[in-house]
Amino acid sequence: MTAQEVRLCGLLLQEHFGDVVEKVGTHLLRNGAQHLRAIVQETGTPMDLVKKSLCVLIQHGACAFSSGRKGPGSPVEYQASFERILRILRYPRYIYTAKTLYGDTGELIIEELLQRGHMTMSSTVKTVADRLTLNMEEGHSMEYSEVSNTFSKLVETHFLQRCPPVEVAGKAVSATPDPATTPGAPANNTTPSTPESFADCYKVPHVTLIGRGKRRNSSEDGEDQRNAKRAKEDPETHGDEGIYWQVNFERFHLHFRDQAIISAVANKLDQTSSEIVRTMLRMSEVTTPPIATCTQALSANEIFRSLPPNYNISRPILDQYLTLLVDDPMEFVGKSGDSGGGMYVVNLHRALANLARATLESVVQERFGSRSARIFRLLLRKRHLEQKQVEDFAMIPAKEAKDMLYTLLSENLVQLQEIPKTPDHAPSRTFYLYTVNQLPTARMLLQNCFKTVANLIERRLFETKESKRLLEKSQRIEAILASLQASGAEPEQLTEVEEMITPPEKQQLESLRHHINKLDSAENQVDETIFLLESYIKSTATNKVIG
Amino acid sequence: MAGRGGRGRGRSNMTFSLENLGIGRGEALPPSSLQPSPLFPPMTFQPVPLQTGEEVEYMLALKQELRAATKNLPYYIRQSAARRDVLRYSDKYHRDEARDSIMDWRPDWSRLPNELCIKVRKSQKKVLPQLKGTKTTTSGKEEVLSKLEFLEKKEEIVNSEDEEDEEKKKTNEEEEQEQEEELDEEEVEEETDYIMSYFDNGEDFGVDSDDNMDEATY
Repeated sequence: MTAQEVRLCGLLLQEHFGDVVEKVGTHLLRNGAQHLRAIVQETGTPMDLVKKSLCVLIQHGACAFSSGRKGPGSPVEYQASFERILRILRYPRYIYTAKTLYGDTGELIIEELLQRGHMTMSSTVKTVADRLTLNMEEGHSMEYSEVSNTFSKLVETHFLQRCPPVEVAGKAVSATPDPATTPGAPANNTTPSTPESFADCYKVPHVTLIGRGKRRNSSEDGEDQRNAKRAKEDPETHGDEGIYWQVNFERFHLHFRDQAIISAVANKLDQTSSEIVRTMLRMSEVTTPPIATCTQALSANEIFRSLPPNYNISRPILDQYLTLLVDDPMEFVGKSGDSGGGMYVVNLHRALANLARATLESVVQERFGSRSARIFRLLLRKRHLEQKQVEDFAMIPAKEAKDMLYTLLSENLVQLQEIPKTPDHAPSRTFYLYTVNQLPTARMLLQNCFKTVANLIERRLFETKESKRLLEKSQRIEAILASLQASGAEPEQLTEVEEMITPPEKQQLESLRHHINKLDSAENQVDETIFLLESYIKSTATNKVIG
Repeated sequence: MAGRGGRGRGRSNMTFSLENLGIGRGEALPPSSLQPSPLFPPMTFQPVPLQTGEEVEYMLALKQELRAATKNLPYYIRQSAARRDVLRYSDKYHRDEARDSIMDWRPDWSRLPNELCIKVRKSQKKVLPQLKGTKTTTSGKEEVLSKLEFLEKKEEIVNSEDEEDEEKKKTNEEEEQEQEEELDEEEVEEETDYIMSYFDNGEDFGVDSDDNMDEATY
């Protein structure tokens, strides 16, 4: 939890849930687990608002609560999770992925679930069907069963999961001193239970839902309000009350990781080899645990059989491609044995490490020039080098090389290691070795990325604030235009209203829109780098624990 | 003793020889900086342009749509505007719009700790069962009629409840308000009673004094 992360989380919370939630959220992030009274007191916010904010945070999974940490009967404590809050940044990517995999229906299901935190299957299906119907032509409508099917598919592929059942010790009135000590439920309060640890995590309940999406008069109040209203007034039961679903971010991340590897192979080698890697990843999707360093070994025969027939890759060509992939310095694919025509694995961890390394290299190249990048790569490859050796190996004049090296050192991209020959650390009898530590550098870069995104958001807020008046005006005029058009006004009237925005104002609006688009797009793209670096750091951490 | 040998070269304040740092004999040391580095240092390399394409555009649209949608969702919590300095007549009509204690969505309380449950909803829940009862027994036009009747009743109930609950407070407040309003009116009247035409800004007399002033200065 760093200052940059807190700042970014604060901005994200503010943007999505308003100022009050932001205040409560950042307070929780800064101070760790706290109980309600402490939050109210230290934030100076009215009790009701704090309660509401906590409800919002819990609804979206950004806040966990537990009780009895300080013994039975102690007040419920709340803890915000910055990881979950940072996921807000990646929402567009999850939705887009769902669209590419499951079409518009999948897109809307994921969008609804992301916007509302968690929902029951029946209400999700209904809302999505209604929304799809709204976009269809008059007279058509979306069947509930179709949406249900997509929903079940998303659950089958683990993109959705059930919210784990809550165990609220504050609700269990049982006076037993410590229910956690009973066998079978060890240390319930200390280890946060993951959703996957429940057996029914990916089990779709039987839902009775017959009908189709209803079309409502769009002249009524806003869509969201209507949805909320409908949800409230819905008296029917569908047999899945109390079973809530949430988006399984980890599964999406695995998908992103696979996509990153595939596209890297496609860029490095060619399309065909990327298809081979795609096939290998797809085959091992189910059998490989999420934190594994490499996929299950697959024989060349198996791979050959699973290749889609339309690629027209013959067996000898496949073997050639596989040898090529194994020999590639990026080490995406490794050979683990010779049986069955050769056993091959995809080195997931190595691939992530190499992709992260490539990211670091390109950052150095774009910020400090290609010659600095040469020094950086040289240090990555040779590990430890003296200054003189750097100058010689990089084939850069001594003076310039020194300058670049010191710049990299001052930016913390390169580290300096002292090795004294004598215990007095006399400089003349000490080796000064320059080195690049990939993991700490990646961590630092990740923090820089968080800072970048926070800066981008702040800039965007500033830009919108600057031209607030103009934006409001254009919105008002658009509203007037829409209402005029609905009432069937003359074209002259319409143009008259349109001309209320003067050409210079129009120009200003255009440039503002351009800037905001750029800033938003940049946020999305920085997030891709964040994802890569995060996965690399996480994968390294888990692999170290394993051994 | 290279460190001490440095004294001979006239740079005795260094404990190491500068050659190790790559600064040769006779070369000037770089000037020491006395101020923090600039907040926005000039960039030596221009940033690479952003990626473009269908995917990027779609994600951009999604992002902006999401952002716009969040403002309308019940999860976007606004703090009710702080009391302004002046008590306004219109305040009592605005009061109900944004109350901190009202939830715009109904969370599943079984998934939340008890203490978070906001109490105010209960007063509404008291009324709800009646609503259901009337709804189930009637249909069609009768339903509308009964609904109207019910709404009437509800209003009465609410009114009476309010009266019961905060009888004293309300009356006091009302009295105070009335008094204040009266006062205001009086004040205004007093102000307007002032005959504007009678107002003398002293211009008429200014001519003489101006002249005098002029004389004095000359």
